[in-house]
Amino acid sequence: MYKILSAELLAEKTYRMVVEAPNVAHACEPGQFLIVRAEEESERIALTICDYDRDKDTVTIVFQTIGESSYKIAEKKAGDFFADVVGPLGNPAEYITEPLEEVQKRHYLLVGGGLGTAPVYPQAKWLKEHGVDVDVIIGTKTHDTLIMEQDMIDAVGEDHVFVTTDDGSYKRSGMVTAVIEDLVKNEGRHYDRCVSIGPMIMMKFCVKMTKELGIPTIVSMNPIMVDGTGMCGACRLIVGDEVKFACVDGPEFDGFKVDFDQAMKRMKLYKTEEGRRMLKYEESKQGKNCGCKG
Amino acid sequence: MAIEVDMMKKVPVSEQDPKVRAANFEEVCLGYNEEEAKAEATRCLNCKNPKCVDGCPVSINIPGFIEKIKDGDFEAAAGVIGEASSLPAVCGRVCPQEKQCEGQCIRGIKGESVSIGKLERFTADWAREHGIKPVKKAASNGRKVAVVGAGPSGLTCAGDLAKMGYEVTIFEALHKAGGVLVYGIPEFRLPKDKVVAKEIENVESLGVEIKTDYIIGRSETVDELMEREGFEAVYISSGAGLPMFMHIPGEQALGVYSANEYLTRANLMKAYRDDYDTPINKGRKTVVVGGGNVAMDAARTALRLGSEVTVVYRRSEQELPARAEEVHHAKEEGIVFELLTNPVEILEDEEGFVRGIRVIRMELGEPDESGRRRPVEVPGSEYEIECDSVIMALGTTPNPLIPGTTKGLDTTKKKCIVTDEETGATSKDGVFAGGDCATGAATVILAMGAGRKAAKGIDDYLNAR
Repeated sequence: MYKILSAELLAEKTYRMVVEAPNVAHACEPGQFLIVRAEEESERIALTICDYDRDKDTVTIVFQTIGESSYKIAEKKAGDFFADVVGPLGNPAEYITEPLEEVQKRHYLLVGGGLGTAPVYPQAKWLKEHGVDVDVIIGTKTHDTLIMEQDMIDAVGEDHVFVTTDDGSYKRSGMVTAVIEDLVKNEGRHYDRCVSIGPMIMMKFCVKMTKELGIPTIVSMNPIMVDGTGMCGACRLIVGDEVKFACVDGPEFDGFKVDFDQAMKRMKLYKTEEGRRMLKYEESKQGKNCGCKG
Repeated sequence: MAIEVDMMKKVPVSEQDPKVRAANFEEVCLGYNEEEAKAEATRCLNCKNPKCVDGCPVSINIPGFIEKIKDGDFEAAAGVIGEASSLPAVCGRVCPQEKQCEGQCIRGIKGESVSIGKLERFTADWAREHGIKPVKKAASNGRKVAVVGAGPSGLTCAGDLAKMGYEVTIFEALHKAGGVLVYGIPEFRLPKDKVVAKEIENVESLGVEIKTDYIIGRSETVDELMEREGFEAVYISSGAGLPMFMHIPGEQALGVYSANEYLTRANLMKAYRDDYDTPINKGRKTVVVGGGNVAMDAARTALRLGSEVTVVYRRSEQELPARAEEVHHAKEEGIVFELLTNPVEILEDEEGFVRGIRVIRMELGEPDESGRRRPVEVPGSEYEIECDSVIMALGTTPNPLIPGTTKGLDTTKKKCIVTDEETGATSKDGVFAGGDCATGAATVILAMGAGRKAAKGIDDYLNAR
């Protein structure tokens, strides 16, 4: 059992929790993820590692409630336990294993869309701590859905964080692609690498823009997974005409090579099934709020 | 009432009616009762030179335990099996006996072989139901050995080492111990709580510690286990890895699964039960591609979830690699076999969901390197099978996690860990390996055999240090 030390609501349907998970905390690096199972009957849900503290044996997760099992995760409070927390899974970001002096020569642009802001955070923090120049773009629907702006400012400095809202309700207005274009073409910024994490559709268009600008771009893929350890094959993707598995070959891939349309199509698979279960779950919650599991 | 025994034939075993069982996940075969077991035991000739033992990868003293059954001393029979096998209730259910012990049985020359598998199962079930623990915990010799993966190979190796006095820790990546016994083989063939969990408890009662949710290669590497944690030897039994696909058009369509995913959802994640949250696509018409045990398991699982099922296999019935009993059961339950048939394309509807599969007829040509006649396409024989789910059961490639994170561990071209067949030793000092990660996908019993050999190999290695 894995103890939850704190739980907070960051924005609508978006939660942050600090969890005791020594096996993950001791080994995880930016770019990796973990799997949580709320209860014995729950699914294995792949989640982002948003932060970690090796001394305290803790990891921080940020997630949104989408399916029934993520609701079960969200219902947990500080002091409760998860049945399982397993990780780290996937490979660390590529710069972790590259010679640091090479990495330090580059200027990085990190782009976080929506919930993708959370996995961008440890990357921004790591790069900054290792003396690498880094700018961060946070894209979100509207001011109310913005998460982790202050954390990001604390990590890389106010001058290096650019927030944009789709509806213009806060700071810049428009999509992250417009900000990338502005920064490079109109504001004199130069980048050698981009890391883009967010909804598939955002990553697809982000890559289209960075390709035009000639900035090699890494994307982090989060397809459907079951075991997360290289067994089930559910997370298969087409990358450069080859079948790759996000859990053991990724989750980060060369964004210029990923077939996003194919990946988005596969995401649809359990939507109907999941949707049906969600309805059933919501109904049951309204029906009997006694706290029993009956 | 005494059972009349026809020496030429096996004493029949009771099974759930095919029509009933096709809609439930209860065990198909109900096993022998005491009288039936004793009657079947009388068919054993107690050969001086028992061929059946040669056919057993873990060398169980087969005539020895059958003799005890004949005498009605079932506890002693369990003791004889326990000397060689840590998972007898599992093996009695899932071993391909017709290719191993029973395939060598002298009775089988003129009539039917002795039903060794069913007798083993009876003995193990009887022992469990009567609360008999196989062996007592050995005194510790204070030396630590790590085992990676709590599947049949790892459990066997750990059990044998613990009996020798080693302090053994098994590291398991999933949330549950058992490996393929819990994620792969379905409930109707191998009950999880009743049989698998109990056999794992028996291994733990020998003093073996099992740590779940612990991924070697990620949480900690093999090198770290040895350098930081004081393990003097490591046995890698990380099992099969990523599923293979055919690389035909349409394979990314919605409704195409690997058998690994399908079975993991159904078995480990219990998608067939209403009290679990796991989604599974319950197809209306399912095509399973492949002819091995995994294909049969996937087909029969889909059937029980309410689908019509067709198995497509490119060779003929004779070459079906699945256990004979599984094929027999699958047919009884109403699964259709399209043999000498191979997929060429998966057809999608406008939404990207599977709507059918185009296949081509095959004929058998000259024998290939496996000795089996190579299937060759019959030109112009393509046709379509309507379906909304396709399950690919084509085998797996080894998991890259451990070879990729362990210094000095050699692998073959096919990414299997290179081992000495007799001892399990790898290219890395103190590191041993066996089971599917070394051989590629094989059977439970072969993985157990490798675990046994490696336990001895590790003991010899540590004694020589």
